[in-house]
Amino acid sequence: MLGKLTLSAIPFDVPILVGTFVGVAVVGVAVLGLITYFGKWGYLWREWLTTVDHKRLGVMYIVLALVMLFRGFADALMMRTQLAIAYNGNPGYLPPHHYDQIFSAHGTIMIFFMAMAFMTGLFNVVVPLQIGARDVAFPFLNSVSFWLTTISAVLINVSLFVGEFAQVGWLAYPPISEMQFSPGVGIDYYIWAVQLSGVGTLLTGVNFFTTILKMRAPGMGLMQMPIFTWTAFCASILILAAFPVLTVTLGCLSLDRYLGMHFFTNDGGGNVMLYLNMIWAWGHPEVYILILPAFGVFSEVVPTFSRKPLFGYATMVWATIAITFLSFIVWVHHFFTMGAGPSVNAFFGIMTMIIAVPTGVKIFNWLFTMYKGRIEFNSMMYWVLGFMVTFSIGGMTGVMLAMPAADWVLHNSLFVIAHFHNVIIGGVYFGYVTGLNYWWPKIMGYKMNETWGKRAFFFWFIGFYFAFVPLYIAGFEGMTRRLNHYDNPDWHLQMQIAEIGVLLIACGVVCQLTQIYVSIRDGKLPANRDFTGDIWNGRTLEWSIPSPPPAYNFAVIPTINGLDTFHNEKEQGLGGTDKPLEDIHMPKNTSAGVFIGVFAFLIGFGAIWYIWWLAALGLLGVMATIILRSANLDIDYYVPASEVQRDLDEHSRKLMAQAAE
Amino acid sequence: MSNAHHSAMGHDEPGEGHASYGSYMIGFFLSLILTAGAFAAVMVHAMSPSTTIAVISVLAIVQVFVHVVYFLHMNTDPETTWNRLAFAFAILVVLIVVFGFLFVMHDTAMHMMSR
Repeated sequence: MLGKLTLSAIPFDVPILVGTFVGVAVVGVAVLGLITYFGKWGYLWREWLTTVDHKRLGVMYIVLALVMLFRGFADALMMRTQLAIAYNGNPGYLPPHHYDQIFSAHGTIMIFFMAMAFMTGLFNVVVPLQIGARDVAFPFLNSVSFWLTTISAVLINVSLFVGEFAQVGWLAYPPISEMQFSPGVGIDYYIWAVQLSGVGTLLTGVNFFTTILKMRAPGMGLMQMPIFTWTAFCASILILAAFPVLTVTLGCLSLDRYLGMHFFTNDGGGNVMLYLNMIWAWGHPEVYILILPAFGVFSEVVPTFSRKPLFGYATMVWATIAITFLSFIVWVHHFFTMGAGPSVNAFFGIMTMIIAVPTGVKIFNWLFTMYKGRIEFNSMMYWVLGFMVTFSIGGMTGVMLAMPAADWVLHNSLFVIAHFHNVIIGGVYFGYVTGLNYWWPKIMGYKMNETWGKRAFFFWFIGFYFAFVPLYIAGFEGMTRRLNHYDNPDWHLQMQIAEIGVLLIACGVVCQLTQIYVSIRDGKLPANRDFTGDIWNGRTLEWSIPSPPPAYNFAVIPTINGLDTFHNEKEQGLGGTDKPLEDIHMPKNTSAGVFIGVFAFLIGFGAIWYIWWLAALGLLGVMATIILRSANLDIDYYVPASEVQRDLDEHSRKLMAQAAE
Repeated sequence: MSNAHHSAMGHDEPGEGHASYGSYMIGFFLSLILTAGAFAAVMVHAMSPSTTIAVISVLAIVQVFVHVVYFLHMNTDPETTWNRLAFAFAILVVLIVVFGFLFVMHDTAMHMMSR
C-alpha cells in the first residue's frame, strides 16, 4: 500500500534534522496562522495562487528563489563548518551519509530552485513590460511552469524529513547513482524533483521564446529590443535546445533504476561515459542560461546610472548570440580526464577559451559605457563593479581550466569549486540581486533601502574572497572536492579562513533580508515613494507605465521607432499618445495550474516511494485537469476602456498631488 | 474579436491556421504505415542486422518530418519563417550532439582500449 515508505524512513535519530523540522513546523504554523488570523486565504487564492498575471508569477518566483537561497545557504554554512573542524582525527559533526546529502542538495537547490527560479522571476517581471506586451504569449502555461517549479522545490525539501536525499553530487554521475550502489530513495528524489522542474523550465522557454518573437510593440524590430530582453531570448533558445537533453538523460537513468535497463551501468553493455556527455551537453548550456540574463541586467543598469546609452549595442547582441552558439560545443571540458585523445581535448579546450572573447567584449562595453558618464554611485552600481572584478577573475581561472594539461592537475579539486562559485556568485547572483534592486520599485511602487543594500554588498563581496580564495589555494595544494574530513595540515588554515568567509556572507544574507524588511516597512515614506513610474530616469519601456503597473500593463500599446525610444521622447519633451483607448482583452485567473502542480507532486512522490496507485492517481489528475481546462471556454474577459480611463485619471491625480507637496 | 491584435492573448497570427481534418488523417495514416513498416522490418528477419538498423532509422527520420508537417503545421508560408528557423536550429543542435558524442566516445574508446 505504501510502497517503500515505512516509519523508519523518517530520520528521528538525526538531531539536526529533527531540529530543522521543528523550526520549519513552527515557522510554517506561524505563517498559516497569520494568514488565517488576517483572513487572507481568499485573497491569497484569488489574487496570487491562481493568478496568470506575469508580474505576480514573477514575484512568486523570486520569493521562492529567496526561500531556496536560505535553504541552500544553510547547507553551505554546514559544509564549511564541518571542514573547518573535521581535521586530524576529529570526525566533525556531520557523518559522511549526512554530509554527502548536504553537498548534493546544496548544488541541486542553488542551481534549479534558487538561480533558475530567480531568473524566471526576473523574466516574468521584466520581459513583457520591456517589449510593450500585456502578458506573456501563454499566460496559463506560465502558471503551470511556476507550479511545477514550486512543487519540485517542495519535493526536494520533503526529502529532508521523509527518507533521504541523493549522496552523489548535484549531477548524479553513474555508476554510483545506479541501483547497485545507491539503492535508497535519495537519487529518486533527485530525479523526480529535477525532471518535474525541468518540464516547468522547458514550458517557460517556449513561453518566452514565443512572447519575444510575437508580442513586441509595433515598430520594435529585433535590433530595437532592450538587451535584457535579448538575453532572455537567447536563454529561452538555450532552454529549448538543452532541457530536452536533460529530460532524456535522467529518463535513461530512471529506466536503469526502475526497470533494470543498462544505459549507464558497469555491466550489460552500459556506458558511464555516455552519461557524462549527455548531462554536460545540457549542463554547459545551463550555466549560460543562468549568466546571460545576469549580463542583461548589467546592460540595463550600467547605462541607466551612467546617464549614457549603452556602448556598442550591436556588439553586445552579437556577443550574446556567439555565446549562445558556443555554449553547445564546449561540454567535454567538464571531463578532460575521461581519457579522450588530444584531438578531442584540443578542440574542446580551444572552443572553451574562445568563449572568453565575446564575454570580454561585454566587459569592455560596460566599461566604455561608464567612461565619461555621470555615474550615480548607488548600491546597484556597487554590485555591478563587484561583479566586473569578481567575474573577470572567475573568467580567467576558467580559461586556466580550459587548458587540458592544467585541467588534468586541477580536475575534481577545490580549484574547480572556487572557479564556478567565482562566476556563479560573482556573475549570476550579483546580477540577479542588482536586478531585484533595480526593478523592485517597478513592482512595489517604492525603492529599496540603500544603506542595507550597500552593507549587504560589502559583506557578500569581501566574504566571497575570504571564502573562495582559500579554496583556490587548497585546490593547488591538492585538496579534492567533496571531502568529509582530512588530515593534511597544509589545508587546515585555508578551511578556517573559508569559514570566516562564509560567516561574512551569512552577514550579507542577513543584511539582504533586513533590506527587504526595512524597504517594505518604510515603503510609505515620501522619500521612497514613486508615483511617476520612472524612478531611475530609465531608458526602456517598463519605465513608461505607472509603478506598480495595472494588470493590463499598457493603457495604449506604444509605438517604437528605434532603440531607447522612451528615453529619446522623454528628452525631447515628446511622449504621450493620441491613440484612442480601447477595451483590453485579458486572460482570466485559473486554478488549473495549482491542481496540475499538486497532482504532479503526487506523481513524483508516488514514484519515489514506489507507491504506484498514488503516482497513477497523480497522472490521472494531471490529465483530467488538462482536459477540463481545455473544455473551459470562459477563460478571458475585457477591461472596458472607461475603466482604463479611470486608472489613467487616478494616476495623474496622484502625480499632481505629489508635485504639489 | 475585432481587437484581438491588441490583446494579451493575441496569438491568432496569420499563416498558422490549423490544418483540416483531412490533413490530420493523412498524417495519422502515414505515421501508422511508417511505424508498421519499422516493426515489419525487424519481425520478418529479411535483412541483415545492419541493414535493418539503417531501414528503421530512415523510417524514423521520415516519420519525424511527417509529424512536423501534418501535426505541427510547418509549411513554406513566409509568415512562419521563425518556425522553420527554430526547426533548423533544433536540427543543428541534434547534429552537434549526435556527431559530437560519436566523435568523443569513439576517440575515448580508442585511447582507453575499451572496445
